[in-house]
Amino acid sequence: MPDGAPSRAIRKMGSFRNLSEAVSGLIHDGDTVALEGFTHLIPFAAGHEIVRQKRRDLTLVRMTPDLLYDQMIGAGCARKLVFSWGGNPGVGSLHRFREAVEKQWPRAIEIEEHSHAAMANAYAAGAAGLPCAIFRGYQGVGLPEVNPNIRFVTCPFTGESLACVPALRPDVAVIHAQKADREGNVLLEGIVGVQKEVVLAARRSLVTVEEVVDGFGPRSPNAVILPAWVVTAVAVVPGGARPSYTHGYYSRDNSFYAAWDEIAKDRERFQAWMAQHVFACPELPS
Amino acid sequence: MIYTASEMMTIAAARALRDDDVCFVGIGLPSAACNLARLTHARGVTLIYESGTIAARPSVLPLSIGDGELCETALTTVSVPEMFRYWLQGGRITVGFLSGAQVDRYGNLNSTVIGSYSRPKVRLPGAGGATEIAASCGRVLIVMRHHPRAFVPQLDFLTTLGHGPTGRERRQLGIPTAGPVLLVTDLCMLEPEPETNEFVVTALHPGVTCEQVRRNTGWKVRFAAELRETELPGGGELAILRDLNARTARAHGLAVAE
Repeated sequence: MPDGAPSRAIRKMGSFRNLSEAVSGLIHDGDTVALEGFTHLIPFAAGHEIVRQKRRDLTLVRMTPDLLYDQMIGAGCARKLVFSWGGNPGVGSLHRFREAVEKQWPRAIEIEEHSHAAMANAYAAGAAGLPCAIFRGYQGVGLPEVNPNIRFVTCPFTGESLACVPALRPDVAVIHAQKADREGNVLLEGIVGVQKEVVLAARRSLVTVEEVVDGFGPRSPNAVILPAWVVTAVAVVPGGARPSYTHGYYSRDNSFYAAWDEIAKDRERFQAWMAQHVFACPELPS
Repeated sequence: MIYTASEMMTIAAARALRDDDVCFVGIGLPSAACNLARLTHARGVTLIYESGTIAARPSVLPLSIGDGELCETALTTVSVPEMFRYWLQGGRITVGFLSGAQVDRYGNLNSTVIGSYSRPKVRLPGAGGATEIAASCGRVLIVMRHHPRAFVPQLDFLTTLGHGPTGRERRQLGIPTAGPVLLVTDLCMLEPEPETNEFVVTALHPGVTCEQVRRNTGWKVRFAAELRETELPGGGELAILRDLNARTARAHGLAVAE
C-alpha cells in the first residue's frame, strides 16, 4: 500500500490488498486459475503465495507452464493442467510436470493440451464474451484425437473447415505488471503476451505490480492499460516476477532457469528447495 | 579450418534463409541458424518470435522465445493473439524454422510424447506454435541432429504436419503452403522428392559417408542420383557463429555451447 490514507476512489474500488489477502480472497480450492505471462512478467510471487496457502484441486491454465507451474504441480496444487507448451525454454524438461504425467507424483494430473494458436484464440474469445474461438489450425495432426475440446466447423460462407475450441473463461486470472496508479489502473509494457485477454476473460483478477505511481506520465496513447474497474485486486509486490523479468526493472535470471533443471530432477531436492524458498518465506509486505 | 558437425549444421541451415524472408523462428537450433543468417548473407531477413516480437535483432541468442533482448531490439512487439491471428494465420510469414524430437521420412514432426499419449514413456513439451507455423508459413525448414531415435519410421505422435503420414495428406487437405522443403542435420541435407514427398539425401556435409547417414536414420533412407557435397563453412561464417555463441554464453552465465 502506498504511504498515507487511501483516497476515496481506492476505498470505493477496494482494489489494493496485500498479496496474502488477495490470494485468500480471490482463489479457492477447485478454481480454474490462469497465471499468465509469456516468458516475461510471470507472476511467481503470487503463485508462491497460492502454494503457501495450500490451495488444492486447481485447474491450472497457462500457455507455457514454465518453472512456476512446475513448482505448483510438484507442490500438489493442481488437479488438471490446460496448456500448449510444457518445457523449460532453452534448457529442457519440466521435471515436476513430467513426473506428474508419467508417474502420477505427487498426484495424478489430468491434462488438456492445445497448440499456442488455439490457446491465444481461446483467451481472445473469452475476452470477447464468445463461447468459442474459430481459427485455421490443427489440420492433419494428432491433438484433435486426444482432446475432445478440439473440433471443426464449416465456414457458412466459404465452406472451409476451421478449428474450433471453447473460449477460456478462468475463475481467476493472475498477472504481474510494471505499475499501477493510485486509482488502481494498471500499465504493462514489453512482451504483453495474453495478459490483457486473460484478465478480460476471467471472472476475477489479481494483478501484482512493481510499484504504485501518482501518474503514468508520458506514454504512447496506445499503451496497454487495464482500467481499475476490470481488475478485482492489485497487490504491490516489487520483484514479483523473479526469476522471470519485468521490462524496465530487472532481467530474466537465465542462470536460475538453467539451474532449475538439476533442482527439479530429484523429488527430495525439489521439496527442500520449496521448503527453503517458498514455505519459509514470509508473505511479502505490500 | 577445423569446425564441428554442429557448426556445420547451423551454418548449412542458415544458408537456406534469404534476404527477403520473413521468418517465424523456433527456439533452440533454429534460433541460432536464423540469427547467423541475419549476421551474414541475409542481413535484410525479418525474424519473428512467437512472443510477439517483429524484426528482432538480438545481439545474443535468447534462451527463451520471450527474452527481453528480443523485445528491446524489435521494430515492434504485438500481443500473442495478434501474432498468431494477424501475422501467422494472416499469411504474412514466408518461412517457418522448426525442430522436434522425432521426424519421419515425410517431414512430419513429434514434440509431444515418446510412447503412448495416455501413458507416455517421456512427456515432451508439446506443440507450442509449431502446428500452425507449419501450416501457415509459406515454406518450412527443419533443423535436427541426426540420430536413429530421432529419425524414425513411425512417429509416436504427430504434433506438426509435414507432408502427412503417407506424404499425400497435406495436399489432400488442401493446405496451400509448401510445407517442409529442407531438412538440415549435422550429417547432411535432405529434400522432398517431387512426386512422393519423401525426404531423400541431396547433399552430404564434407567428410560424411552414406553409411554414416544410413546408420543414423531409422528408415531405409534413399540418396538423390546427383548427390552434392555441402559447401565448407566459410571463415566468416564460423567466426560470426562462434562470436554469437560466446556472447550468448557470457550473457546467460552458461558454459559455451557447441
